[in-house]
Formats: sequence, structure tokens, C-alpha cells
Amino acid sequence: MLDALTVAVAVAALALAAWCGFAFTRDQPTKDWHFIGMAVVTVLALAQLVTGIVQLARGEEAGEGTAIFVAYLLGALFTVPVAGFMSLTERSRWGSATVAAGAVVLAVLEVRLWDIWGGVDV
Amino acid sequence: MSEPNAVGRARLVQGPGMLLVWLYGVMSVGAVSRSVYQIATEYDRAPLAYTLSAVAAVVYAFITYTLFRGGETARKAALVCCAAELVGVLTVGTWTMADPSAFPDATVWSDYGLGYLLIPVLLPVTGIVWLRRSRRTAQA
Repeated sequence: MLDALTVAVAVAALALAAWCGFAFTRDQPTKDWHFIGMAVVTVLALAQLVTGIVQLARGEEAGEGTAIFVAYLLGALFTVPVAGFMSLTERSRWGSATVAAGAVVLAVLEVRLWDIWGGVDV
Repeated sequence: MSEPNAVGRARLVQGPGMLLVWLYGVMSVGAVSRSVYQIATEYDRAPLAYTLSAVAAVVYAFITYTLFRGGETARKAALVCCAAELVGVLTVGTWTMADPSAFPDATVWSDYGLGYLLIPVLLPVTGIVWLRRSRRTAQA
């Protein structure tokens, strides 16, 4: 379950990065549809955080330690929303670039989360 | 490009500066949390590497703050720190390659920041370009 969510968040984040990167090349700021995309990615990250905490509560352990695991889950949850708020104050193509960069950062966090959990059991 | 903000300082966080401050913010959070965790839990394993990571964290946090603050003094301070950061990345990067045995564990700046997609070596260069351009547009 957790591994499936990790893959889902990573793929959604890369799609969001491509979409906002496209807006950047078209010289466009982030628009309503982009924010809906960010919301979808954020909901997935929230589901991942909840699932991760439930699995810890059930006695499962993250390979590299609980503290690092929870810290990365929280970081993954806040990355895209923070970038989204920054793009609200920067109504130019550079706001789109900021969200695209944030989505790439989230994808990298997901790769690290995969390693930290040490999981293969989908 | 030089419209003053509410407290009368020239804004640095606009246009490409927004992307820059975001990346510096991400590196700050990453480096600060990493070095706090490592120094708190396993400092004895690689004291040099963890101390260097902590230095990197302080530099990132300071640059993020100065970019947000804006103004000419902050711009100069950020410029100095970006130069220091570049020197740090190049020194530590070369050091980790020349003498890997001194580093039982990686630092933020190991191998020129390869573990962070080379962002640590690209960021100060971009930062210096942006900060220099900000001055030109402010004077124009």
C-alpha cells in the first residue's frame, strides 16, 4: 500500500512538473487548473503520510529509522503547497517555474522515501 | 525590477528571484534537518563531514533570509555568501574526491553536491548572476 502510494505520488509529481514547466515555456503564470493539479498531488502526499503513520502504529518499522521517515513524509506533504503559495505572489512564468521545481523536489523525496522505508511489498 | 517593498527596500524575490529563493529554502531545510539529525545521533562517526554539513546549512539559511529581506545591504551580504558557498562547494567537493578516507559519511557538498542533483554547485553561480543583475536594474 505504502509503496504503491509512493509510486503514485512520484508519478503525479513528475506530471505536475511537466505541466508547470510547459506553462513556463509558454510564458504563463500558474492558473486554476494548475492549482487543482497541485491539490491532487497534495492529497496523495497526505494519504501517504497517513498510511505511513498507520503502518508505524501497527508495529512496522522503516529501514532507516522512524524519525527520518516521518520527517521526509512531512517534507513531502508541504513541498508542493509552499511552492503553490509562492507562485500566488509571483504572477509570472517564474511562479510556474517555482512550482515545477517544487514538484521535481517532491519526486526526489519520494525516491528517498522508497529507500528509507526499504520496501518492496506493494 | 526595483520597486521598493513595504519597508522601502528593493525587492530581490521577484521573477527568477522567486525560483532562486525557493531552491535556497529547500536546500536550507534539507541541510539544517540533516545536520541537526546527524550531529544529534551519530556525531562521532564522521565529525568532519557533519560539521561541514552544518556550515553549509547555516550558509543556506542566511542566504534565504537575506533574499527574503531585500535591500542593498542584504544584496551585498547575499553576494558575499554565494561566493563563499561556491568556494565551499568546490573545496569540499575536491577534498572528498582527493581524500575519501577523511569522510566516512557524505556531506551536503560531497562530490560537488552530486547527491543533491548538483544543485549545490549550480545554485551559487545562478545566485551571483541574479544578484549582480538586480543591482544593474536597480541603478537603471
